[in-house]
Amino acid sequence: MDITNLTLIETIEAIKAKKFSEEELNNAYLKKIAIINPKINAFLEIQKKSRGIPAAIKDVISTKGIVTTAGSKILSNFLPQYNATVIEKLLEQGVSVVGKTNCDEFAMGSSGENSAFGPVKNPWNLARITGGTSAGSAAAVASDMCVFALGSDTGGSIRQPSSLCGVVGLKPSYGRVSRNGLIPAVSSFDTIGPIAKCVADAGLILDWISGADGKDSNCSEIASPLRGLAMTSLRGAAATKQSVKGLKIGMPKEYFSEGLDLNVKKVIEDAIKKLESLGAEIVEVSLPHSEYALAAYYIINPSEISSNMGRFDGIRFGSGREDLGPEVKRRIMLGTFALSSGYYDDYYAKAAKIRTLIKQDFEKAFEKCDVIVGPVSPTTAWNLGEKIDDPLKMYLSDIYTISANLAGIPGLSVPCGFSEGLPVGLQIIGKYMDEETVLNVGEVYEQSTEWRKEKPNLSF
Amino acid sequence: MNNYEPVIGLEVHVELNTKSKMFCKCSADYFGKAPNTHTCPVCLGLPGALPFINKAAIEGCMKIGLALNCTVSEKSLFERKNYFYPDLAKGYQISQYRWPLCVGGWMDVKGLEGKRRIRINRAHQEEDTGKLTHASGTTLIDFNRSGVPLVEIVTEPDFKNTTEVRDYAKKLQQLFRYLDVSNADMERGDMRLEANVSVRVKGEGESGKEELPNYRVELKNINSFRFMVAAIEYEIKRQIKELEEGRTLKQETRGWDEDKKSTYLQRSKEDAHDYRYFPEPDLPELRIKQLESRIKEEIPELPWDKAKRFAEEYGIKDADAQILTETRQLAEYFEAAVVHGKKHGVEAKAVANYIVNAKPDIDNFLPTQIIEEIKGKKVGVIEDEKELEKLASEAIEENPGLVETYKRGKVTVIQAIIGSVMRKTGGKVNPNKIREILEERLRLERLPR
Amino acid sequence: MKIDVKHVAKLANLPLTPEEEEKYSEQLSAILGYFEKLNEVDTKEVEPTFNVTGQSNVMREDETASCLTQEKALSNAPKKKDGMFETKGVFEE
Repeated sequence: MDITNLTLIETIEAIKAKKFSEEELNNAYLKKIAIINPKINAFLEIQKKSRGIPAAIKDVISTKGIVTTAGSKILSNFLPQYNATVIEKLLEQGVSVVGKTNCDEFAMGSSGENSAFGPVKNPWNLARITGGTSAGSAAAVASDMCVFALGSDTGGSIRQPSSLCGVVGLKPSYGRVSRNGLIPAVSSFDTIGPIAKCVADAGLILDWISGADGKDSNCSEIASPLRGLAMTSLRGAAATKQSVKGLKIGMPKEYFSEGLDLNVKKVIEDAIKKLESLGAEIVEVSLPHSEYALAAYYIINPSEISSNMGRFDGIRFGSGREDLGPEVKRRIMLGTFALSSGYYDDYYAKAAKIRTLIKQDFEKAFEKCDVIVGPVSPTTAWNLGEKIDDPLKMYLSDIYTISANLAGIPGLSVPCGFSEGLPVGLQIIGKYMDEETVLNVGEVYEQSTEWRKEKPNLSF
Repeated sequence: MNNYEPVIGLEVHVELNTKSKMFCKCSADYFGKAPNTHTCPVCLGLPGALPFINKAAIEGCMKIGLALNCTVSEKSLFERKNYFYPDLAKGYQISQYRWPLCVGGWMDVKGLEGKRRIRINRAHQEEDTGKLTHASGTTLIDFNRSGVPLVEIVTEPDFKNTTEVRDYAKKLQQLFRYLDVSNADMERGDMRLEANVSVRVKGEGESGKEELPNYRVELKNINSFRFMVAAIEYEIKRQIKELEEGRTLKQETRGWDEDKKSTYLQRSKEDAHDYRYFPEPDLPELRIKQLESRIKEEIPELPWDKAKRFAEEYGIKDADAQILTETRQLAEYFEAAVVHGKKHGVEAKAVANYIVNAKPDIDNFLPTQIIEEIKGKKVGVIEDEKELEKLASEAIEENPGLVETYKRGKVTVIQAIIGSVMRKTGGKVNPNKIREILEERLRLERLPR
Repeated sequence: MKIDVKHVAKLANLPLTPEEEEKYSEQLSAILGYFEKLNEVDTKEVEPTFNVTGQSNVMREDETASCLTQEKALSNAPKKKDGMFETKGVFEE
């Protein structure tokens, strides 16, 4: 048995059954990291004395006493004085931080290339990007270098790399999980969520990390408990009796028009057919303001970023602002301009109104269906360096993921096939605070297909 | 020179005396403490730390606003005011801009033209910055003050002279202390003044036209009433002179040089800040208009109302009424003495005269003793423990609101409960004794059941 | 749209090289051009969404908790002196 192939739930059960010790578990993963990480660059920091269940944590999440860089040179030596709430919650469950994962600097990017510490490479093809920004977290899960990982999703940063690396990634509802300790990119979009080997794992991890903490004012009491979700998850994949019979699954026509790679489209359509064959009713829905989502997103995003980056002045921590990378500087410039005197109404306020329309689009669509499905990314993983000099082209790759962030609703990426040997993820979007239905649909699909068993060939 | 008239507006910042800071649980009692010992990730602006609103600060801001006849907004939002300065930990100050908590009030002031009404534009909530020390080419920063709650009160440009400005500032200071929301000590920086000064040709601002000059000079960082008055006076003269000599005046920020007795340029229009305000995404909105009536109940009789009542009820001179209402404690002391005096045939006027002239030490000299002094003979002080216990019980029963407030942790309201006992007994009890008994009682009531 | 990149960089407290200024000037213009798409949407009657949680009045009681020690507070500071953070001199405003 290769310990590192096991899911989180299988790992917990194996330890309970004393099939192996936590020490053996950690040694197996650390050994794997030592072999694979140098090729992939998923980890920036490895905790060689890891105990408990080894999880990989995106380096924008503060870990007390463990260097937390956010993928930036400006924080290369930064030692947080406190743990993020999600870390405290994981520690309570017997999870340990096996390492901090590489990411686009301050979670700005779509490819995993904007890290000051070099790009992360896709385990399925080392010449390809992983997607971003939770690049290292997705790559680490895909290559079995951890039991699971935490990422953060601002505009697709959990779902997109999960899709491109062939793993499960969940962006929870905004306010489900405390952001305390998450180095912010866009405060009104940022969410922390799990990247895992199966949907049931993602549900369990979500249950562990969600709930109000009295520190994040937006993380409310309604965020917990998760209505028995943990119980469902802990029963394990084999015992799952869930079904999608009678569920209405919405297919937004805007998500299947031009811009979507034809091979990817085919894979997604097949996945939807599979859901239909499992008893779900497929209904066409419309999200008419989708075409404005990207512009609204890329106004609010740099505006909030320009403000959030204000504290990096090299006085209380970190080095000087000249050490910021090009994408970070670009967004600070864009946001500073958009908020500057005379432009607020045209940009930020306008974008905030578009945000209302997009939110309303979803509310109307959810009158007709229980979840919405579509692609996560218009393409599979592209070549390293391909879009690095064209920011607008790079931003366009977020087209299917940003709307869930604008509306604050949950979105899941589940592996649903391959296009030319590269993984494709199916996105399942749900109502605000209805992760349960999203996970249910994801799990039923996953368990009735074999995609989860596909692993990249990593015999270097 | 007579052709011009000044147009003056005032911005007052006041630090609230809450236990914890505005957005974190650090102690707000920072004054005189070792540097950087009252900080946490939130007020140090460390990455990932988030603000959480202190309810007591919001209530303090509402009290100030309501006492100034403002209304509480249906919806209020915090916004980020973005600028760079080493004392500003996050690169932005959490403040209010488009959706302030309290709007549209007024205050009556006395000046050269008699009593006039100054309109208050807003009273909003924000947070303080850290403190800088400058030393030979380097700047040192202490963040103990960072995040202490501040309320900013902004008037319309309604002041016509510095007598009005002074009266307004003094009255505000008195108000803060009456409301017990701040020590309002100028020297400690609890209360800070900024003025906007411009001048216009007389008549330009006559009713109906309300035309304001197309510039204004902001006077900043002036830490006493006296200096502020001097700076405004100087600025009015300077601006008139400039205009008379045919020059145009520009928007700028100026400071006060006490040695040279003149204002000096700090920041010109070209260098003016562009604060890039936008709604603070880390904080959900406030919809707390429904708290208005409860907060109003907690507002004590205001000093100017008290002074008016004293003059009418006790037939004393306005000037004496002003003196007797200078602080809430003195006013309560006076009224206790009046009640007691009545029983002994001593008139309120005589009591007022005695207090105004003899200035007794009210912490150590009982109101009854004043009556003794005035009458030249002894009157009884209640020493009997049982009697005192009974008075304490009655006071607790009769003041459920104050007791509730005390139990919520605002222990300073005990002063008001003591005051009620003093009034009832005509000051025949020793305030320290009754305080001891009350504290003992209230402590028991605070214990969990 | 043309942006005054120098002015924006100053507002943003961002030291840029002349090459960066030129690059950002071009790229930002292109991106701002893309934003013009939003003018197609009539938003006159639309309320803005700044916060999706629908929450309001999230406040805490006025209670204190322990602070960082001075040593901890200063632990990541590149320069410190006499228990304070140190930075290059600025004029008192």
